[in-house]
Amino acid sequence: MNKRKMFLRMITASLIRRRSRMIVALLSIAIGAAILSGLVTIYVDVPRQMGAQFRNYGANMIFTPTDGHFTSDDITKGKSYIDSKDIVGVTPYRYESVRIHELPVMAAGTDMEQAKLTSPYWSVEGSYPSGSGQILLGASLAEQFRLGTGDEVTVNYTPENPEPEEGETILDNTMDMTVAGILETGGPEEDYVYITMTDLEELTGISGKIDLAELSVSAKSDKLNEYADNISANVPGVSARLVKRVTESESAVLTKLQALVLLVTVIVLALTMICVATTMTAVVTERRREIGLRKAIGASNGGIIAEFMGEGILLGAAGGTIGAALGFIFAQQVSINVFSSSISFMPLLIPITILVSVAVTGVSCLLPIRSATQVDPALVLKGE
Amino acid sequence: MSLLELKNIYKIYGDLHALDDVNLKVEKGEWLSIMGPSGSGKSTMMNIIGCMDKPSKGEVLLDGVDIAKESAKNLTAIRRDKIGLIFQQFHLVGYLTAIENVMLAQYYHSVPDEKEALEALDRVGLADRAKHLPSQLSGGEQQRVCVARALINYPEIILADEPTGNLDDANEKIVVDLFHKLHSEGTTLIVVTHDPEVAEVAQRTVYLRNGKLHKETINENFTGEIKFDNEVEI
Repeated sequence: MNKRKMFLRMITASLIRRRSRMIVALLSIAIGAAILSGLVTIYVDVPRQMGAQFRNYGANMIFTPTDGHFTSDDITKGKSYIDSKDIVGVTPYRYESVRIHELPVMAAGTDMEQAKLTSPYWSVEGSYPSGSGQILLGASLAEQFRLGTGDEVTVNYTPENPEPEEGETILDNTMDMTVAGILETGGPEEDYVYITMTDLEELTGISGKIDLAELSVSAKSDKLNEYADNISANVPGVSARLVKRVTESESAVLTKLQALVLLVTVIVLALTMICVATTMTAVVTERRREIGLRKAIGASNGGIIAEFMGEGILLGAAGGTIGAALGFIFAQQVSINVFSSSISFMPLLIPITILVSVAVTGVSCLLPIRSATQVDPALVLKGE
Repeated sequence: MSLLELKNIYKIYGDLHALDDVNLKVEKGEWLSIMGPSGSGKSTMMNIIGCMDKPSKGEVLLDGVDIAKESAKNLTAIRRDKIGLIFQQFHLVGYLTAIENVMLAQYYHSVPDEKEALEALDRVGLADRAKHLPSQLSGGEQQRVCVARALINYPEIILADEPTGNLDDANEKIVVDLFHKLHSEGTTLIVVTHDPEVAEVAQRTVYLRNGKLHKETINENFTGEIKFDNEVEI
């Protein structure tokens, strides 16, 4: 047997056969590592989690035409500058003045499925229009016209120039439609009637015209700014701007939250070090007689430091491994309970947690071990 | 040249002279007992011979080298290479098996050799207990493991501090018989003891009192075998 094998045999024997003692140290390291890796996981995942939460507050980027209108092609070009995985939804809007029961109201033609994504806060009584001939009526208008879901309405559109030019046909600009749902938002949306883009184009006889596009993009403030700048600079006819109310508050909350998690992480790291150092001091102190014996039979100070550090490192690695697993479970529980979604697994965090645990345990062991090497073997062996 | 020579050794703590002008020679292959009441300086002398302490004054020549002048690091090396220690309280590492405790001394000395360690345990009659932890061994067995650990590196001197102090008569006899065996193989033995029966087995006994060598007796009928006062020969 070579010396290395004997070294490993000794330190594993110390950990395994003294498990009732070592379990306390192991638990202390594992719990510290678990909280640490859990907090780091949350710290790293907070932007994604909070980003998803903030998307519930609606669009954070708007495309507006630089010269009156743009088309769906322009929107597609703009979208191409945004990482597709960051795009939650893109909703085009076209606004036209129509009449319901001969009273003028503002109609918005849109893509209902996309509207659900960019305006998840919309509360709809009934359902969203699922096909032609259906409208989503703002709650304010519904009250004004005393309409409810399932009611029939006639929607009229009067072109700006109703007299046809010679050779042109007069559009049939009246459509009988059904109220599919009543929209409640508590905001200006309640004064609009929403219809599908196809119906609005049919009603007005004009296709491909879009006034505005709302985008919900899951990205940090600086990334959003970068996207907006690129689109405005590179897509002719499209001006991209951020909804500052949403992006700025998102950025502010995120910064504060991350700072808080970072602070807690640092405090936990410090407490873990103190706890591990205290435990290791106790472990080393109760073995002063053993250290005295080892010195008496010929161990050098360096040899004793190596053996105890070996134990500490092994303990740190074991505690770190357990802690990394527990930390993920801890972060997962926090994420499910706070953000209602599961957390992303970060494989890199496992070796980092183990390395940090080993380093913390090593540093914590160093001082008590150094003091233990000052033990006079003669005194210890006499039981003094 | 004597294997060990103490020349005018003093160990002074403030006003207390733990050792006061002690002179002693130990020849190679000799079996020496050191006796004396508590506080007579036995342990201090033991620590100095065992390279765990230095005298305040005087020379301690081991193989002609004055160990009183050596650094702590060199003393560790001398202890490792030339001295085998046996303690009253056994001092085995509790989480290592009997054979691992013996290999521990090899580990610090040179290279651990399981086969050789097992042979050492066999010499003390514990080959079948090699895989047992100290807590699974009796006091006598633990002391025999301690003897095996002390002899594994073929030290020039085996230094035993009250080796039978915690043992019953039966185990005391086993340990003394082991000493006899080691001595007959040429090992130099220095045994510090309170027990006259153990001391008188040696070839020579020195008596300490108040830090001074008070008396020396030579065992003219040295056999190396212990006899108890109440032992009846059949």
